[in-house]
Parts: sequence; C-alpha cells; structure tokens
Amino acid sequence: MTPSNDSIVNGVDLSVDFAGIKAPNPFWLASAPPTDKAYNVERAYRAGWGGVVWKTLGEDPPAVNVSSRYSAHFGNNREVLGFNNIELITDRSLEVNLEEITRVKRDWPDRALIVSIMVPCEEAAWRHILPLVEATGADGIELNLGCPHGMPERGMGAAVGQNPDLIEQVARWCKQYYAKPVIVKLTPNITDIRVAAQAALRGGADAVSLINTINSITSIDLDNMVAKPTVGQQSTHGGYCGSAVKPIALNMVAEIARDTPTQDLPISGIGGISDWRDAAEFVALGAGSVQVCTAAMLHGFRIVEEMKDGLSRWMAAQGYDTIQAFSGKAVANTTDWKHLDMNFKTIAHIDQDKCIECGRCYIACEDTSHQSIAKLIDASGARRYEVIEEECVGCNLCQITCPVQDCITMVPQQTGKPYMSWDQDPRNPFRQAS
Amino acid sequence: MSDLTHLPRVGEASALDAHGLADNFNDLHPPLNARQAMTESQRCLYCYDAPCIEACPSDIDIPRFIRQISEHNTNGAAHTILEQNILGGSCARVCPTEILCEQRCVRNHESECQPVLIGLLQRYATDHMRFDGHPFQRAADSGRHIAVIGAGPAGLACAHRLAMLGHRVTIFEAEAKPGGLNEYGIARYKMTDDFARREVEFLLEIGGIEIRYGQRLGHELHLGQLHADYDSVFLGLGLGASRQLGLTGEDAPGLAPAVDYIKTLRQAEDLTQLPLARRCVVIGAGNTAIDMATQMARLGAEEVTLVYRRGIEAMSATQHEQEIAKANGVRLLTWARPEEVLLDASGRVTGIRFAKTQDEEGRLTDTGEHIKLAADAIFKAIGQRFDDDSLSDATASELARDGERIHVDEAFRTSLPRVYAGGDCVAPGQDLTVQAVQHGKLAAHAIHQDLLAKQEAA
Repeated sequence: MTPSNDSIVNGVDLSVDFAGIKAPNPFWLASAPPTDKAYNVERAYRAGWGGVVWKTLGEDPPAVNVSSRYSAHFGNNREVLGFNNIELITDRSLEVNLEEITRVKRDWPDRALIVSIMVPCEEAAWRHILPLVEATGADGIELNLGCPHGMPERGMGAAVGQNPDLIEQVARWCKQYYAKPVIVKLTPNITDIRVAAQAALRGGADAVSLINTINSITSIDLDNMVAKPTVGQQSTHGGYCGSAVKPIALNMVAEIARDTPTQDLPISGIGGISDWRDAAEFVALGAGSVQVCTAAMLHGFRIVEEMKDGLSRWMAAQGYDTIQAFSGKAVANTTDWKHLDMNFKTIAHIDQDKCIECGRCYIACEDTSHQSIAKLIDASGARRYEVIEEECVGCNLCQITCPVQDCITMVPQQTGKPYMSWDQDPRNPFRQAS
Repeated sequence: MSDLTHLPRVGEASALDAHGLADNFNDLHPPLNARQAMTESQRCLYCYDAPCIEACPSDIDIPRFIRQISEHNTNGAAHTILEQNILGGSCARVCPTEILCEQRCVRNHESECQPVLIGLLQRYATDHMRFDGHPFQRAADSGRHIAVIGAGPAGLACAHRLAMLGHRVTIFEAEAKPGGLNEYGIARYKMTDDFARREVEFLLEIGGIEIRYGQRLGHELHLGQLHADYDSVFLGLGLGASRQLGLTGEDAPGLAPAVDYIKTLRQAEDLTQLPLARRCVVIGAGNTAIDMATQMARLGAEEVTLVYRRGIEAMSATQHEQEIAKANGVRLLTWARPEEVLLDASGRVTGIRFAKTQDEEGRLTDTGEHIKLAADAIFKAIGQRFDDDSLSDATASELARDGERIHVDEAFRTSLPRVYAGGDCVAPGQDLTVQAVQHGKLAAHAIHQDLLAKQEAA
C-alpha cells in the first residue's frame, strides 16, 4: 500500500466535513505527544492521516515535564490494554509552536489541522491567544478542558471541564474571539457527560470531542510500594487511555448522540480506537471523525493505512459510499433499559462439532450463573456439554468464556409474544397504566 | 559391561570431535526461557476437570501450575507439581507427554495448531523454583522405620512421602548412586547436567531418609531379614536383568545388553573413551531400543539399524521417539526375527542373520526369507526381568506374582503383610518414571494408613 491523501479508497469516499473542517479521511491524531511538533505531524501526514490536533498550546512560559511519564496496564502476553501518562501540555514556547503550525498548514493544505489550547479561565487569556492561533491558518481549535493531571492544579484542564458554567463561558469567549470552528474536548471524569456537552452547546461550540483521559493508577511496584510511572520515590495519578477505555468512550459518545439537546452536535470520537472496526463503531454511534493516539504511540503512524483500507473495504461491502452514510446508524438502537423488550428470549446453543471439551462454559455457568449446562460423560469417557434450555436465561456468559470462535451461539427464540417494555410489564410494581 | 573392548574408541573412530559430541548430548528439547514460558502458559485454557490431569499418571493439577507460571508465581507452580510428584523435574524431561497430558490437551486439535507444551512448562517451573529450604515439612516423628528397596523413582517417591508423614526411612540401593534409571537408564540428552543427582539431593533435604549403597536384594540383604527388622518394606527394585535373545553367541564379544551400554554412557566423563560400533544393530521396539540406537548414532556410528520382529504399529516406543531415531539416521527394519549371531574365527560378532516374519491371522510366522546384517556390535533391548537372586529367599519366594512381576493390590500391597511394591517390578503399568513415582507415593499412603490402623487396633 502506498500512502496517499486520496479520499477515495477501495471505491468509497472516506472524506469528512466535520463541523466545517474538511479532511480526506476521518482518521485524526489526537492532541498528544505524537502531535507535539512539525516533525511528527509531517510524518503523520506523510503516512496518510486525515488530520491532526496539535498538542495543546498554553501561555508562556511553557510547562515543564517530569522524567518518567508513561505506564501501562498490560495483558498477560504484554499486550498493552491501557496506557497512562503524566505529561502536561506542550513544553515548547508558544512562538515556536505557532510558527511551525503556520508552516505545516501551508505545506499540507488538504489535511485538517486543529490546534488544541489551554489557557487560564480568564477572558483576557483567551482574547490574547485566539488571534495568534487564527493567524496560523489552522482549520479550527479544540479546547482542552479535560487534562486530569498537572493542569487542574493551575486552574485549567479538568478543573474547567468539570464545571458546566466554566465550559459554557470558555466556549463563548472562543466563539467571540475566533472565527473558525470551535471543538470542546470533554473530560470523562464527571458523573453525567450530557451536562458538559449541553454546556458546550450553550456556549456556542461547533462540536465536542471525547473522551479525554480517565484518572488512573495503572499498577503498583510491590517491591518498592510505589505506583508507576515512578518519579524518584513517588508517583501520581495520570490519564488513562488505550483499548481498555473504548467501552467507556463509546457509552459517553452514545449518551450525547441520544440526548435531544445535543443530538445534532458533531462529535469527534476519541478513546481506545486501535483499528478500523473501533473507528466504525464510534461512527455508528454518531461520531463524524475519530481521533487516535495510543495505537499510534504503540505501533507508529503506519497503522492508518490498515485503518483506511479495512474501513473502506467494509464500507464497500456494506454499500456505504460515505462516512455520513452510516454515521449514527446505531444510535436509534441504543436505548434505556426500560425500553428493552421483556418478551425477547435467547438461549445458548453449543456446536458439538466445534466443542473442544474444555469445560469452561460448564464451570462458569455452574459456579456463577444459572446452572444451565449439563456435563455428560459417555461410555468412552468423552465429555459432552449440553445446554439445559429450560434453565438458560440467555446471559451470554458461556459464549464469552468459550475459547472457540462460533462454538457457542446465542439463538433468539420464537416466543410468539409481542414487544413489551418494562413500563408495560405487569411484573413492574411501578407500571404506568396504559 | 559385556565385552566390547575390541571395538575402537569413539575418539578414534567417530567423525565427531569433542565439540560435536558435546552438542549431540546436550538437551534434546532445550528448556523454555522466561518469555517463552509466559507466552506458552497463556495458551492454557484452564479447563475445568481438565483432561490433562486425568491423563497424568501422577495426578498433577496441570492447569493450576500453568496459571501460577502465568502469574509469575514460579515457586507456587513448582509446589503444585511437587506435591503430587516429587520427581516432577525428571518427569518433565522424560515423560512421553505426547501419549499422556499433551495428547489429551484440548488444544491438541487440528484447529489449535498444537497442545500446550505442558512438559516444558513443568520443566520451567521446577528448574526455576527457589525455595528457602525444602518446600515440604516432615510430620512429627511416628517412631516407625520403613525399609525401601531401590533408590529409583518408585523408592525415592515412596521414601519422600513416608518422610512427610513422619516415618523414618532407610533406602537400600544396589548401585553406588541414587536415581535408578534416571541416573543410569535414560538417554543422556534427556537428562543433562547431572540433573538426576541434583534432584535426589533436593528430595533428601526433607530429612529422615538414609540411603545405603551397594546393598543388592538377594546378595547383601534379604527380604526375610528386612521384614523382621522394619515396620514395613517397600520393594522398588525395578527389573535388573536384561532378557536374552536365546541364541548361540549370546556371550560373544560384541553382543551386549543396551541398558549396560547406556549405563556406561550415562556415567562416562569422557565420551571419546566409549567403544563405538561403526555398524550397529539394536534389537527391540521400546524406548530403550530407541535411546540405544539414537545415542550410538549421535556418538558417530556410520550405520545404525533398529530391528523389530513385528510391524511399526506394534512398537512400544512412541511415535515421537521413533521420529527422534529417524531424525538421527537410524534405519528401522521391521518383521525380522533374530536367528543367528554371526561370529568371526576368534568368536567376535561380525553380524546377525534374521528370519523375515509375517502376521498370519495374529500369529507371528516366518516367511522363509532371511536377511544378514553386518555389525560390529549388537545391542539387545528386548525387555528387562528380575535378577534371579533378588527374590530368592524364603520370604521373597512367597510373594504372589502376576506373570513374572510382583502382584499388588490397588494400594500397592503385596501378598505379604507389611510388604508393598511399586515401579517396574509390579504388574500394572507401562514402565514409566511418572508411574513409578505415583506407585511409590500411593504405597507410602497405604503404609501410613496400615500403620495407623494397626496402632488403633492395638
């Protein structure tokens, strides 16, 4: 595959117009170390990324970082499940960053270039920096109101993002002093993401992006009784990202996409996106672009080619000509628990030809679920595990624990009963009379 | 050893130099490093009622020890192994896992590529364990004293478990070193770096076990006397004598039992001083025959032929063992029965003539054809039997037998009260190290139970 900026890949159009920001594809690099300076950003563009959110600019003097900055939550084969960092915003001067942004945008006019900004929550600070950023020619700004470490102590980052009034206020200043699109990046370290998104909308934001990182301690060095990353003899909580946060991010994206006030607010999805399938899932829940960081930090910029190729082939097979064509398609099917069909029934089925007789489904169901799998031993001593259909509640646990692909399937049953929500269910003591 | 003194030395006749020889007798299956062990341990599915446990003759909780490896709990993994099989280190090296745990592994399946490498993981755990002191403790002294015949796997496992249960043990060993076949009988490349000795040293750390060497049953000691002197006796004497071909020339220079040669090879400090049979014939179909043929090939023999009177499918050596022999250039000749040892004028072996055989409705018959193979030496590996003297005293003669072997019940009690037996000298089983360990362990529990019962009755 030759890296290309062509938006037509495998016969489908990957280009996006996100809140007025155009890009040849929806794959953007999130504001983070990979977008720290012109050198990295140009390498990313060369590799085929559709856009970049430049690492957060701040007021001079620039932030100072500690040594020892990242740690990870590893799987047993050392695969990185989650990633944690205690870095601050850019540690380079505003002047250097603005000069580089100007030059990069001039040299790469077709790519999205968005500038992340974090300055104190004072009108003067925003009024000062916004014209400087606008002069670079960048396509838009992203407000970093979510950084969970280091910056809140300075009254910035998550300290703002956790206060809806401040979100609204900052968004409003930005719209007042900056002419191009304003994206508000939301912190997940709150109770209800919809409140923050609504505040951004009230302030006039053109879009939101989420999630920023989650407060985290990834592990403890048990020999020295200190968390990682370890700075001298100490540590501190950091921001968590990577694969492990994807489910949290997907839910928050869905919450905003489903919420009436914000249902039309463009969303740039962020959080553990590692491959084209992850990206497609965010788009299906309403994201108009996606931002990637950890996967690129682990594998380099080249992964974008597999993402573009995989996404476009899948789209072609599904008959989706554009990103827009399937954006938000899963939103309507995401609902509140009370609207689920109480009459739906699914039960497990074990394909005996595929079964390798490991017994994992049996012990999981027997010990921790509904005792719905029978262990039979035939005359030859061979095991056979069978679902006791009358007992099975369709919880999916056996299917999840089964190591063989497609060996256990969940089979929807014909009950002959109509849709009935919990609101309508006679077993609901708080049922509303219809 | 039988007379092979007329043969050239390996150092003179082999194409291999000292370096090549050393390489040829290094670990056949190199151990896993930490990273490999971690990756492999992740392949275990932690089955419930795992088939591999059912297949393990010594009842090791395999999924548990593998999970402990994956959790970086190497000592815990080793403890899980050793609590069922105190010789878990040697079993990790010599078990035919391909017909035991790994055969039953649920990942030993077309779509799963290969079984979890259980044997190598067991070796990883036992090689890398680091305990402060012995991991098992002795119970309070019972005041009982038990005689164990043979410091092979069965006797050692029995002694260790008896010590754990609080009994004193004296082991009587015919040879000068402990370990039995682990020390003398297993191919050198399966048990390197003096592991058999180190393992016994570890085992003896529990205390309460004394070994007396050069004590051969039927020679220096007799069952009748032991029976009178000790609270119980465990017979783990193995099968000390090699079966004969029953041909003229059985004692000719150049014809030797494979076990004798392997024993010399295992004890040799300098491989170049071993006699080399440039053209070598091995008769037999078991793992000993394979070990003999493969080791002679690895010493630098030019032609090694393994001859068996039946077909490959009837060989007791596992497929895996046969592959090892073939990979070392050993030729397999089947359906050939030894008929005459060919001797030169001075009475030394020059070859052997075979009668070709066939299966005629289940009976092995001659086809009438003959084959001659030239050979500088012939090694017989057609099975082991009791040394005639070992069970010859009045008490030992009373032992009930199953065929030639000692009869035992399911708890390894012989027909004589207070006498137990296990390992290769008893009837059930496939003559595996791991099985001998299990026999010894279970016999120790039977001895303990019987002593307790007697105490209560008294």
